[in-house]
Amino acid sequence: MSEIALEPTLAAEPRSRRGIRALDLAIVTALLLALWQLVGRATGGIAITPPLGTLAYLADLVQTSLFWDHLGATLLAFAIAFAISAVGGLALGLLLGLRRFAGDVAEPILAGFYTVPKVTLYPVVLLVCGLGLSAKVAFGVMHGLVPVTLFTLGAIRTLPPVLVRTARAMRLDGWQTMSRVMVPACLPDIVNGLRISFSLSLLGVLIGEMFSSQRGLGFLLVSGLAQHNVPLTTSVVFVVVVGAVLANTLMLRLGRGTSGRE
Amino acid sequence: MTGGVGDIAVMEEPHASLRGVVRRYGGAQPVHALGPVDLDLRRGEFFSVVGPSGCGKSTLLDVLSGLGRPTGGTVSFEGAELGGEVPDGVGVVFQEDASFPWLTVRDNVAFGLRRTGLDGRETARRVEHAIGFMGLGQFAAHYPAQLSGGMRQRVCIARTLVMQPRLILLDEPFGALDQQTRLLMGDELLRLWRETGATVLLITHALDEAAMLSDRVGVMSARPGRFIDLLETGWPRERDSRVVSDPAFGALTSRLWSSLRTESLKTMGRAA
Ligand SMILES: Nc1ncnc2c1ncn2[C@@H]1O[C@H](COP(=O)(O)OP(=O)(O)OP(=O)(O)O)[C@@H](O)[C@H]1O
Ligand SMILES: [Mg+2]
Repeated sequence: MSEIALEPTLAAEPRSRRGIRALDLAIVTALLLALWQLVGRATGGIAITPPLGTLAYLADLVQTSLFWDHLGATLLAFAIAFAISAVGGLALGLLLGLRRFAGDVAEPILAGFYTVPKVTLYPVVLLVCGLGLSAKVAFGVMHGLVPVTLFTLGAIRTLPPVLVRTARAMRLDGWQTMSRVMVPACLPDIVNGLRISFSLSLLGVLIGEMFSSQRGLGFLLVSGLAQHNVPLTTSVVFVVVVGAVLANTLMLRLGRGTSGRE
Repeated sequence: MTGGVGDIAVMEEPHASLRGVVRRYGGAQPVHALGPVDLDLRRGEFFSVVGPSGCGKSTLLDVLSGLGRPTGGTVSFEGAELGGEVPDGVGVVFQEDASFPWLTVRDNVAFGLRRTGLDGRETARRVEHAIGFMGLGQFAAHYPAQLSGGMRQRVCIARTLVMQPRLILLDEPFGALDQQTRLLMGDELLRLWRETGATVLLITHALDEAAMLSDRVGVMSARPGRFIDLLETGWPRERDSRVVSDPAFGALTSRLWSSLRTESLKTMGRAA
């Protein structure tokens, strides 16, 4: 059979692809560092400090308990916001996907809400939640909930009906159909939604901290700006970017691992 | 497995039967898709259904499997009337590709068995047997996306087969395959039928396939589908695709075609 001939190439490909990917990564990183250095030089250090200076400052910063306090505050708010977005979005998406009519009604509303600049709603959130953790979390969820919901909803909609029929033909009950067939079938889309939610709820939390909090990386960033402490703001941005990129990479990996469709 | 050995009353009871079954689809433009249809499937026979496209063949499978409730009439399997659920002992292979893309071939095949509480070793044995039987041995660790359409359909057959159904319903499983492959897959289907002793109902649009594989062939009219002809092929149980060179094969195929020609013309007239 001709299919057998395919096997060696299939097995050999990932290794070379991985090599190319590592090279790409190194080139992109080098370019970004060069750009960072250039901008730092060009602006004479009033906007950002160059890489080496930043790293030196960061090395001192991470030895202060203050930094860890702020980082911890952000991580806590983010963890709660993301957990609510993920679980809530998944549940909402599944529910709306299964109830076709409700989904048809809800989808344009959600998509509309998604495009509203959420900063405009911030005063309302503040009035409802007050200052502090709950407002940060609320802002994170406002950003993060919709993508998971929409991605899950869309995935359920486009799910081939024959898969659900197969589940019924195998005598799975409603819950098993959901957990063993529908969710796995939609997983690649769900993971994509989660990935977007991840960045957006982090963004929401940080913005929340910048507006109305005494704790967290967002607050640290704003106070750095207020004090014209450029190394501090640059360090915070660096920490956030590195954290976000690492997390995103991890989730991409996870998504590939779960889909098995490559 | 064939139950009720020696018990004449049980032997005569149809394995599955349809009585006055009608299926209409609601909606803005209601469709009368099927019936009224009466059909008795004999235990252990190979029964094929042919009919013009859109005549209600998949709908017939839908109600016979218990996936869909008929609008009128009754469906029963092994003496018990169906009530909107697929009974134990019935296996279905759909017209569309229904392999699970997130599972390997092996996990696809094991999917149904893992829920039955069968012990691990027996599960593994049955899965490997089904995989080998369908010629998927080298692809056990592959994902469906790495297989051709015909291979994926075989995965679905293996996944059904492994549950050891007593009634297997197949909806144009080889619809997308080329003629040579179809003939060979037909042989595999015969082998499967003989080895399992199951009753098989095969829906096909290929007259030669129906004539070569079946004990009996039911010919359906244009929509709403009804049986307009029922013919016995008289093949021995030990048969394979070489019956196509038997003179009787030509006679069977041409009788099928003469029954179907007018019906197919009706469908085309309707479509135009
Ligand atoms: N869920 C549904 N809702 C409304 N109409 C339907 C539905 N499913 C099938 N039909 C209609 O019922 C008729 C019979 O469909 P069915 O799929 O049973 O035909 P078929 O003989 O299997 O066709 P094919 O040869 O193309 O597979 C068709 O006219 C089809 O459009
Ligand atoms: Mg059909």
